[in-house]
Amino acid sequence: MSPRVTFPHKVLPYLLVAPQLAITGVFFYWPASQAIYQSTLREDPFGLNSAFVGLDNFRRVLSDPNYVNSIQVTAIFTVATALLAMAVALFLAVMVDKVIRGRDFYRTLMIWPYAVAPAIAGMLWLFMFNPSMGTFAYMLRSAGVYWDPLLNGNQAMLLVIVAAAWKQISYNFLFFVAGLQAIPKTLVEAAAIDGAGETKRFWTIIFPLLAPTTFFLLVINTTYAFFDTFGIIHAVTGGGPGKSTETLVYKVYNDGFVNLILGDSAAQSVILMVIVIALTAIQFRYVEKKVHYG
Amino acid sequence: MKTIGLAALLAASTTLMSTSAYAVTEISWWHAMTGANNEVVETLSKEFNESQSDYKVVPVFKGTYPETLNAGIAAFRARQAPDIIQVFDAGTGVMMGAEEAVKPVADILSMGGQTFDKSKYLGGIVSYYSKPDGTMLSFPYNSSSPILYYNKDAFEKAGLDVNNPPKTWNEVWDAAKKIKESGAAPCGFTSTWLTWIQTENFAAWNNQQWGTNENGIASLDVDLKINSPVFVEHFQNLADLAKDGTFKYGGRTSEAKNLFLSGECAMMTESSGGLGDVVKSGMNYGTGQLPYIADAEGAPQNTIPGGASLWVFGGKEDEKYKGIAAFFEFLSQTPIQARLHQVSGYLPVTMAAYEETKKSGFYEKNPGREIPIQQMMGKAPTENSKGVRLPNLPQVRDILNEEFEKMLAGNQTAQQALDNAVERGNAAIDQALGN
Repeated sequence: MSPRVTFPHKVLPYLLVAPQLAITGVFFYWPASQAIYQSTLREDPFGLNSAFVGLDNFRRVLSDPNYVNSIQVTAIFTVATALLAMAVALFLAVMVDKVIRGRDFYRTLMIWPYAVAPAIAGMLWLFMFNPSMGTFAYMLRSAGVYWDPLLNGNQAMLLVIVAAAWKQISYNFLFFVAGLQAIPKTLVEAAAIDGAGETKRFWTIIFPLLAPTTFFLLVINTTYAFFDTFGIIHAVTGGGPGKSTETLVYKVYNDGFVNLILGDSAAQSVILMVIVIALTAIQFRYVEKKVHYG
Repeated sequence: MKTIGLAALLAASTTLMSTSAYAVTEISWWHAMTGANNEVVETLSKEFNESQSDYKVVPVFKGTYPETLNAGIAAFRARQAPDIIQVFDAGTGVMMGAEEAVKPVADILSMGGQTFDKSKYLGGIVSYYSKPDGTMLSFPYNSSSPILYYNKDAFEKAGLDVNNPPKTWNEVWDAAKKIKESGAAPCGFTSTWLTWIQTENFAAWNNQQWGTNENGIASLDVDLKINSPVFVEHFQNLADLAKDGTFKYGGRTSEAKNLFLSGECAMMTESSGGLGDVVKSGMNYGTGQLPYIADAEGAPQNTIPGGASLWVFGGKEDEKYKGIAAFFEFLSQTPIQARLHQVSGYLPVTMAAYEETKKSGFYEKNPGREIPIQQMMGKAPTENSKGVRLPNLPQVRDILNEEFEKMLAGNQTAQQALDNAVERGNAAIDQALGN
């Protein structure tokens, strides 16, 4: 029986929660309800005439082959970006853990890219790999690779994945470093005494004990790849060539703000909202069960 | 109590601000001009502001042409529309579809006390920016026409005639191959705006049908016709040349200009308005008229107006409209138009400015600079060459671009690309009209 702490105030708790509720209301519930409302309308670009069409917009969006393509693009992009960003970050974190001299210096350097805004990160990679003026593009071409992300869809995809992952590595690195520090040295040393090699120690002790961090980062990275990479895609490929890097979020933007079909765009954002809610629920419900919190 | 005080303070400060704004009426002008053309926008605004003390034009750069249009529409929806917005040729149909949102330029000019005289302006341009009943809706700020630019140094190295640029597309292909083979440049030919230049102007210039209903000028209900054999052959040529890099793709809007400026590609078709940047780069360039198909009947016909015009949003105070009228009047002055034309490569929009430039001997000193005007005005337009107008031309252009990109990457033939473009484009037009 733990003693239950009670507070005499009736109003104060609500007041304290109010700012958070207000923020959620203004930045989530209000726009989300607007999106749902908009998704049932057909409207001209200027919003001068609108008509209620029920679920027509959803029907059209779901039967559009470009939408299916965009789902595939998003799946490939998200999985690749999250995996790449996490794998590289984990590798770097493990390596930095071994460095004795200047560890803080390395760590600081590794964290910097996170401070770069997505659009700027995109421009950076675009310049490096621009087929006509990029330094790396020049090197690739000298090495005999026909590098042309303006027309080659796979190369364009590769470029946005690498750019998006690069930006997220710092963040993941930070968490992995913290996670590694929390692992008791005694466990690792005991294993070493028992004769476990470095690789064995990593996979049987360190990696499982990092699971909470890994799981947390998996959720964060998935949402990152879904939503926060818009700036990078916009700056690097604009969804092209063809539609080969048009993710779901980019398509929402493209249909709504470029093609000015607001009903379709709203319907897509509602679908996107459902997908993300479902993904998060699945991640927390099933993946979390397999995670050890030590 | 505190909130009431704050509200009062806010109200007081807004009144103060509006009274202080009363002295000088600010007119916001959203535009999409970069590089040399941006400098022209800044200079013009500055000159207008210094020429009088009642109004102040504030130019704001909003990104590429499509981005500027979309920013304007989003601002209108949020009831924060700018006063003047520069809308590119393809956005004309979009703006025309929103009559309640805009104020016709003809009305504004008469509000400023001037009588609006249409005959002062170049005919083809005025009719493109007018309603079928003849009311001019927007002010033609920068009109352009696509022309051929070529690198004289590369031509010389490749053993081509420096003073005689290719006139037909077949000559362009031959010259491009020769440039590539001789190593004079790594790429022979590139083009900005494939949709505007290689379909819309290609159709008009070769007197081919782009879409039904006079390409949308007679009625917006258009069926695209760009998969006819002439187009297929032209695009197959581009696709074939793209395989070994003789033709190089730069991007959907004017990105390819960099390929020309950097010397990578020796020839380029691009808007005459791109001249400013070419001149600025200091390269040894020449210009020629837009190439045509040698055996197309009636070719070369005439090109269609490109570039952009200035639209004015509705629902503003009269004082603003008077200011805008004064600004447009300022822009129409012969010396201003003549200079705009001579500096930027855009077409003069008034007859007087054209005559003045002619008289000054500018064209003799700068051969090639009259090309865009002659291209557009040389022949009376046919039903294929009055212009292109769709309720959603920016969207249709994107669809075309996507198919072209797949074609140039070698994933489909020109026939497949154009068939897909027509099918998807028609569906998008139907959807836009269903609104």
